[in-house]
Amino acid sequence: MGIESKLGNMGVITTTLENVVNWGRTRAMWPMLFGLACCAIEMMSAQASNYDMSRFGMELMRPSPRQSDLMIVAGRVSRKMAPVLRRLYDQMPDPKWVVSMGDCASCGGVFNNYAIVQGVDEVVPVDVYVAGCPPRPEALIHGIMTLHEKVKGESIKEWA
Amino acid sequence: MLKALEKDFGALASEYQGQAKVLVPAEQIVAALTALRDQHGFEMLAALSAVDYWPQREPRFHVVYEMKAMKKKMRLEVRVPLDGDEPVMDSVIEVYPVANWHERELWDMFGIRFNNHPDMRRILMPEDWVGHPLRKDYPLDYEEVQFSFNFEEIEQRKPRPQD
Amino acid sequence: MTLHQVEITSDELRNLVSPRALEGETVLLNMGPQHPSTHGVLRLLLELDGETVVRCIPDIGFLHTGIEKNMEAKTYEKAEVMTDRLDYLNTMGNTLAYCLAVEKLVDLDVPPRAQAIRVIHTELQRIASHLVWLGTHALDLAAMSVFLYCFREREQILDMHEMSSGQRMMTTFFRPGGLWRDVTSEFEPAVRKFIKSFPARIDQYEDLLSENPIFIDRTKDIGVMSGDEAIAMGVTGPSLRGSGVKYDLRKEEPYSGYEQYDFDVPVAEEGDVYARYFVRMKEMRESLKIVEQALDSLPGGPVRSDNRKFVPPPRAELGTSMEAVIHHFKLWTEGFPAPKASVYVPVESPRGELGVYLEGDGGPKPYRCYWRTPSFVNLQALPMLSEGHYVADLVAIIGSIDIVLGDTDR
Repeated sequence: MGIESKLGNMGVITTTLENVVNWGRTRAMWPMLFGLACCAIEMMSAQASNYDMSRFGMELMRPSPRQSDLMIVAGRVSRKMAPVLRRLYDQMPDPKWVVSMGDCASCGGVFNNYAIVQGVDEVVPVDVYVAGCPPRPEALIHGIMTLHEKVKGESIKEWA
Repeated sequence: MLKALEKDFGALASEYQGQAKVLVPAEQIVAALTALRDQHGFEMLAALSAVDYWPQREPRFHVVYEMKAMKKKMRLEVRVPLDGDEPVMDSVIEVYPVANWHERELWDMFGIRFNNHPDMRRILMPEDWVGHPLRKDYPLDYEEVQFSFNFEEIEQRKPRPQD
Repeated sequence: MTLHQVEITSDELRNLVSPRALEGETVLLNMGPQHPSTHGVLRLLLELDGETVVRCIPDIGFLHTGIEKNMEAKTYEKAEVMTDRLDYLNTMGNTLAYCLAVEKLVDLDVPPRAQAIRVIHTELQRIASHLVWLGTHALDLAAMSVFLYCFREREQILDMHEMSSGQRMMTTFFRPGGLWRDVTSEFEPAVRKFIKSFPARIDQYEDLLSENPIFIDRTKDIGVMSGDEAIAMGVTGPSLRGSGVKYDLRKEEPYSGYEQYDFDVPVAEEGDVYARYFVRMKEMRESLKIVEQALDSLPGGPVRSDNRKFVPPPRAELGTSMEAVIHHFKLWTEGFPAPKASVYVPVESPRGELGVYLEGDGGPKPYRCYWRTPSFVNLQALPMLSEGHYVADLVAIIGSIDIVLGDTDR
């Protein structure tokens, strides 16, 4: 008849609320379409046919911060861009995570000069750093997998 | 053509690796570029930049105009020497509209002001930036790299946000 | 918010917008820097009359990296690493322009094999760059599948770059005086395979777009620019050729041996978005022709100049020759000096004239390196192209001039 009979066939699964919520969060993590520089091209490659990030529940890049829960800072952050980046981060709803993609976003990379913020962690809290200039799409996907592991380990007390 | 420029505008011609250069005084630049465009076929101003020769004062800057004659397949570099720390010269927007952003960039990066420019704002740096980064007396603003042995030492020296 | 940014003052704003905005007849709308269709971090201040753009005021600099200043602090060879990151879709082309400038400044020769390999890589890069342009341009106009196809082919080109340089994007493969190393043995079969398969792929893209009524509606007669206007605004590259001016630096001022190859310069007369699309599609086929010719006539021999004052000796020599050790040590600790002079070298990048103004002061570091980047100049034409069009068309126009913000802001 309805869903009751189907559920009867599947049996009962017991788990903790923590596990099921964290599982849900990792399976549909929507990244923000936030390309800054070279790494954004590799981020696009990771989205496109050969690497296909949608295998991990990320087929949608949301251009609006209001609809996304993962910010991939892809590229160098200039001092002019830093306030904008912070505002975008503030506009994202909780829970939210940040992946710093590439050397420039992580530590300034080769650009140790007046124009570039030496690491985006000066502006927003970063969960995972991905090394490389630019990182290969595989590296980005690995970084996101690492973030998933982190999210799976979050406890109910840490939820905002 | 170079002879004509020398005669009319007091230009000084030179050459390196087959590339011709003329040094034109700042007052003459609009007239010189107009003549180059109308009489000598230089349709396009390909690039516009500057060089800072600090600590030399006279001239401190050279503004460099890269001219291109597309039909004649010729290029010419026009250089304008400028003295002092706060140089001012005439804008060439009337002759080549493309100069608009280039001149804004020169103001932003070198602090060279242009008369008769419609929109003399900073272009690349934030509006409230202090200084002109490409000047030679402006530091690169190198941030020290922290290693494990000097991490604490540098950490203490770093500026802290007030709140 | 603690981070505060000063916006333009009302007096400055008065200069920029039309008088109607001050009376409240038109609306000011901020587009970007976080916007999916601005291809990076471009910010546009739009004055709108309903849906129509009255004024369009671009605000750039959100990706200003200080590359020119940073290059002054490095030796000629080390500064090259920065050049890759300017126009990150055309990394090979940037290093080519820089190497040509250094070679001209210090009067260094390049062996013919190195020149031919440079041409192959630059043309492959041009195709890759056009593929990213095509994919994102089509995506802006709501054709998702083209994007997926384009990136599939682009990966093949990146694989070839990886074969020769070990990196997908930031290759730094060309060095002053030649190449970092010779190409590997897999390289030629891979390129041959690509040359064989790629024309059919271009046909695929054209099937999807060229006669697609939606695409045509959104691109024909949008953002029209005449040839004279384009020249006055300094527009170069495919955007200029889309306005009926047959001008390509590879033909007009050949460099790196382009005069040996037989190829056409595609031109379209209309000067609208579709014409620029048309030119770029044709250009991909021409690039393929150049790659094939260069591969067929690829000469043998060394890939580096043997002028030891500027080019490091091969590894093998270090064990046997004291002189080689000295040269190696001197080049990697101090670098080579360049004369007190300046050169300006233009090359044809996928976006237009990419010029390098390089000035030496007798020491091992560039005194001044200025990049005449095509995106910076072409973007200046955007207000002229977009005024009077709908906001939705603005997206098509931005896509059609093919800007890269790393190239614009440097």
